[in-house]
Amino acid sequence: MNDIYIITTASLVASSCALLGCFLILRKMAMVGDAISHAVLPGIVIAFLISGSRDSITMLIGAGLIGILTTFLIEFFHKKAKLQTDASIGVTFTWLFAVGVVLISLFAGKVDLDQDCVLYGEIAYVPIDILIINNESFGPRALYIMSAILFAIILFIYIGYKELFLTTFDPAYASAIGISTSLWHYLLMSAVSLTTVASFESVGAILVVALLIAPAATAYLLTDNFKLMLVIACLAGIAASVTGYYVAVWLDSSIAGSIAMMAGVIFTFTLIFSPSHGLISKRLKATIG
Amino acid sequence: MNSFLEFFSFADPNIRYVAFGAVLLTASSAIVGSFTFLNKKSLIGDAIAHAVLPGICLGFIVSQTKNPVILITGAFITGWLSLLAVEFITARTRLKEDTAIGLVLSVFFGIGIVMLTVIQKSGNAAQSGLDHFLFGKAAALVGDDLIAFGSVALILLIVVYFLFKEFALLAFDKDYARSIGFPVRIIELVLTSLIVLAVVIGIQAVGVVLMAAILITPAAAARFWTNKITVMILLASIFGAVSGLSGAYISYIAPAMPTGPWIVIVISTIAFISFFFAPKRGVINRLFRQATIRRTINDENVLKAFYQLGEENKNFFNPHPAEAVLRKRRMQHGAMIKILERLQAQGYLEKAKPGWTLTEEGKLRAQRVVKIHRLWELYLTTELRIAPDHVHDDADTIEHLLTPELEAELERILQFPKADPHQSEIPYRDR
Repeated sequence: MNDIYIITTASLVASSCALLGCFLILRKMAMVGDAISHAVLPGIVIAFLISGSRDSITMLIGAGLIGILTTFLIEFFHKKAKLQTDASIGVTFTWLFAVGVVLISLFAGKVDLDQDCVLYGEIAYVPIDILIINNESFGPRALYIMSAILFAIILFIYIGYKELFLTTFDPAYASAIGISTSLWHYLLMSAVSLTTVASFESVGAILVVALLIAPAATAYLLTDNFKLMLVIACLAGIAASVTGYYVAVWLDSSIAGSIAMMAGVIFTFTLIFSPSHGLISKRLKATIG
Repeated sequence: MNSFLEFFSFADPNIRYVAFGAVLLTASSAIVGSFTFLNKKSLIGDAIAHAVLPGICLGFIVSQTKNPVILITGAFITGWLSLLAVEFITARTRLKEDTAIGLVLSVFFGIGIVMLTVIQKSGNAAQSGLDHFLFGKAAALVGDDLIAFGSVALILLIVVYFLFKEFALLAFDKDYARSIGFPVRIIELVLTSLIVLAVVIGIQAVGVVLMAAILITPAAAARFWTNKITVMILLASIFGAVSGLSGAYISYIAPAMPTGPWIVIVISTIAFISFFFAPKRGVINRLFRQATIRRTINDENVLKAFYQLGEENKNFFNPHPAEAVLRKRRMQHGAMIKILERLQAQGYLEKAKPGWTLTEEGKLRAQRVVKIHRLWELYLTTELRIAPDHVHDDADTIEHLLTPELEAELERILQFPKADPHQSEIPYRDR
């Protein structure tokens, strides 16, 4: 039963990340996603200190705010101080992450977080943390949280599909017909930070990046249809979760690390064998054509 | 205060090791990082930093010891591999560079974590401390480490010293370097190897995740103070050294504090101060300068409105109420009053009934603006063959910016014409 719980939770995390990742890589914002996933750390610690628990509205609000703050700082340093974008991203996220680690050490007694957990989470503990209402067990808590997050993200993409699509592919046209590109930009970034925070316990701040980028990149090499890309990305994420889990059991290693590794393996396979954009098919086309 | 003296007298050899080590690591990373920064490859440094983890673990698995030379070799190999992977994905697929970096970084890191957890469960006692590479261990440097990392840092400095000109040229004008026959590819290769080496020793100080900070943050901060590359690199290394030393000091007085993150917080603080307060390039100075320019433009536009009203009445010293000026120049009434009062204080306007009138000085300034505007319109139509109805907006901008030298040049080229394309007279000062 524990296997099922862990695999399901991982698949939920992977699907949420994969959906958002598709938008990120097409907007050339993969590294902003990376930055946000690091930068939420101080937000998590502060929210933890205020509310005293890990799953609370405070934490989700805090996450949303810190995501927006990160995005804002990156743009501020780039636009107002004329710092090049790559440096602006690098300076911002390392600073926030360092603040987070220092906060953890400062309040080591009060915050139930440790540095390793920050890096690669501990999804193996998912089945232990059971949701209990009226002495009745309802299964792992993380399962409910991640289902809710995935549902929220699907809803977000469903409702804002046109706006997200247009601001991604043709921002000039989008603003011409009155869609605020910066509003959707910030909404998307809030969604990314929300997902990062929710996934934090299971896969850690850094391996979220693997699930944000790798499945979406895989899907991008398989299709030119955006809706199909969203579906394929989810499937690739789920495949990485399932195979990653069993590899981890086999090697007796970190599950989250192994999921990231398998996401990379799936990407490499696609890179070589994709019928449309793979290396082999490109080579064949080049020799035939 | 006691601990301050104790630390900075460097009497205790342990303190010497830690302080010297931290300064060496951060300063040499900052120097190499300056070139990463100038090449706009800041995030590549981040990717390499994450990618050395599997190499370190591999080195350990092969040798079963924590011999720094073997670990550095392993790290060097996977660091290079990650770079090749990023370049390959960017060049051969339609994925963009940022996606490739994020992908390689997280997957390599994932593999590293898998190997690290496998090693930790293998029961080999020598493995303890391997996880220091995740968050750095500047506070726990010992003599042997120092010799290994010191030699690497020395190699970095020597190579940078001898190839300085080549690196600088590569950062600023790669095409030019290629055209004059520099072996660009080889220089790039050397520079990249240096970055990998810098990362490999730098993660000793701050760990994998924060490595990008000690590479690029000192350079980003230094860039705000100077336009000279030598000064910039010198500043970057000083900033790096200061943060390394402060980090070591903080973890000396509070042993529970992690050194790496503190180094990063200190260097980030230096960077933020630079971003905001640096003369010329800092945000505050930039905003101040923009405000000054905006004020000048507003002032000159109002003076111009007075001049145009004067042209209509054939008398430049007639008084005009704010409302009349507002008809020429639309803006909020309150903002207009403010500008009028400012101009009065500066002596360009005088209070009169009704409203304000130009002073002699004010008329001269307004006249110059109007003259440049009309000369520019004429220049655009006659010299650049732009239609007369397309030149106004451009002239509206340039009239506030043209220097006296260019103004004289314009007059000379056009040979002091009498009227602009719309047949308005061009006013000159009495010659």
